[in-house]
Amino acid sequence: MSDETPVKAVQVKLVLLGEAAVGKSSLVLRFCQGDFNENTSPTIGAAFLTQKCRLENRIVKFEIWDTAGQERFHSLAPMYYRNAQAAVVVYDITKAASLEKAKAWVKELQRQANANIVIALVGNKLDLVSESSSTPATVTPAAQETETEGEDGEDDSAEESITPTPATESDDARQVPTAEAEAYAKESGLLFFEASAKTGHNVGEIFTEIAKTIPFDTITPEPATAQTGNRRSAGNHENNNVNLGEGQQAKKGGCC
Amino acid sequence: MDEEYDVIVLGTGLTECILSGLLSVDGQKVLHMDRNDYYGGDSASLNLTQLYQQFRGTPPPEALQLGRDRDYAVDLIPKFILSSGELTRMLVHTDVIRYLEFKVIAGSYVYRDGKISKVPSTEMEAVMSPLMGFFEKRRAKNFFQYLQNWKEADPATHQGFDVNKSTMKDLYAKFGLEAGTQDFVGHAMALWLDDDYITKPARQTVDRIILYTQSMARYGKSPYIYPLYGLGELPQAFARLSAIYGGTYMLDKKIESVNVDPETGYFTGVTSGGETVKAKKVIGDPSYFGAGKDDSAEGGKIRVIETGKVIRAICILKHPIPGTDNADSAQIIIPQNQVGRKNDIYIAAVSSAHNVAAPNVWIAIVSTIVETSVPEREILPGLQLLGNVVDKFISITPLYAPTSPGTNDNIFITKSYDATSHFETVVEDVSDVWQRVKGEKLVLKKREVEVEA
Repeated sequence: MSDETPVKAVQVKLVLLGEAAVGKSSLVLRFCQGDFNENTSPTIGAAFLTQKCRLENRIVKFEIWDTAGQERFHSLAPMYYRNAQAAVVVYDITKAASLEKAKAWVKELQRQANANIVIALVGNKLDLVSESSSTPATVTPAAQETETEGEDGEDDSAEESITPTPATESDDARQVPTAEAEAYAKESGLLFFEASAKTGHNVGEIFTEIAKTIPFDTITPEPATAQTGNRRSAGNHENNNVNLGEGQQAKKGGCC
Repeated sequence: MDEEYDVIVLGTGLTECILSGLLSVDGQKVLHMDRNDYYGGDSASLNLTQLYQQFRGTPPPEALQLGRDRDYAVDLIPKFILSSGELTRMLVHTDVIRYLEFKVIAGSYVYRDGKISKVPSTEMEAVMSPLMGFFEKRRAKNFFQYLQNWKEADPATHQGFDVNKSTMKDLYAKFGLEAGTQDFVGHAMALWLDDDYITKPARQTVDRIILYTQSMARYGKSPYIYPLYGLGELPQAFARLSAIYGGTYMLDKKIESVNVDPETGYFTGVTSGGETVKAKKVIGDPSYFGAGKDDSAEGGKIRVIETGKVIRAICILKHPIPGTDNADSAQIIIPQNQVGRKNDIYIAAVSSAHNVAAPNVWIAIVSTIVETSVPEREILPGLQLLGNVVDKFISITPLYAPTSPGTNDNIFITKSYDATSHFETVVEDVSDVWQRVKGEKLVLKKREVEVEA
């Protein structure tokens, strides 16, 4: 982080969901490290990643939870959803079935998570389909993106290469039409993006848009918590709360 | 399911989840299964509907006005975490602590002569405490100063007393402590459940008192901390650690059989849903190895035995426990001598402050080791301290332990959760099973710093 800001970072727990191999971890690696690895093995060894997102009036620090493979046999623990303020539900635009799976995860979130959780539906692997099918204009939320340009994010540079990988094979790879997924997102009240973890296209936008959408001023803490005024999700440590691990929160620099 | 694993872990109780996490971090290929569709087994925390379902088979009665179902996380086994104890160390070393948030338990109380008093946490409280008379306070002060200054390597601090040879009885005598003070020291601080410790070498009791005072000094108020949303968060957090290091999780899997080689008797695999998974070793809680079944001799071999019974009464209150100064949480110890028993009675109370109950509801669990044929009568001294109880759920649970260390068949069985008020024995069991499974002592290494963006 280059400059000191008087604004305190607001911590936000964000959970990733989606079928295996749709690129959940890749999206986050792209977002957090500006990196893409062609052959990421199924998630191992990362408890969660953190990344800051700088808006005009606040800094949002995402604490991003990966499923760690526990979604495979439907064994995600309730703890995973607990106090999540945002969720990124990922599908693969070249696999129709993965959108159906994503819809099931959205249902699960609506059942298990906070009522006011912000959910973004993300169609990944945009780089695998030809340009014509993914005119940026259809990607609505990204259109309003420009105003937060003042960030010192390095991975934004990836956007230079917006034009996805050469469209050699024509549009055949796409199995989920943009309009279809977008219509579903709209009717379910989700943010919607098509993105590519490989090229970085639209990746930063997902998180910026989520940061802008979270109703920070009206966050209603978990019901029981309201009584004590303890708001875990916002990282407030009140009266009897305990901080055990000295080095428990490894700090890092960098911004999106 | 046709892969082969290093270890299959059966049951997602805390002991099994810690072991699963440690083994995955160690690089073992772990498959972790549970017959239930939720995490935690006996160490799960239930919401109101699940609680009533489990004990009554009915939904919560509307008339009681207990509030929202999802506000509840009721532990089945009452325990608190000693803030300087082994579980805390384990949570920090594995970094699992990042998934959890804790609060201090507001007070620790001890029952004496018909009423409860705070276990002193500061010198000031000790001076004010009604637990001891004036002269006894001076003797107690000398005793605690001795313990505070006691250093293993410095014989001068031992004052000629060998804690490894002489008994606790001798140490009490050295400082002239009264029987009432002994009750308080041995039960409310060293947290012994009975009086067997008195005739044993003082060492273990000294260590326990030091652990207690260190835990007390850490956050004041009480030596205990407790995870928000209930103890059921603990196994989930360690399960996540295991998953992050490649552990595979399958819930809702009925285990049809634990298979052994008919020739050698060694474990070969587990059959679930008609499919057999192979592994070198199996770890599991007693319920997967015949505990509680009439026909507990699975394959002609008795693998677990009952070592005792615990009675636990989960009580719902709409007021704080009388005499605790409206504490949002508390532990109360009723030393056995005070009520003519062999084992102490414990009360553990938590409330909405820990996100485990609706606002203005307290959950108090009264428990003790069963000594008679009418266990419900045994917990009366505890129940009487609670005031009006809105509803009450009583369970009488047998405790099981494995009959063999498992080194001769690669079947490693954990122990049931005992009647102690904390997790020290759980971590002991983890270390013990680890040693049996790995053939070496468990050494906690700081988890390597992971990819941090």
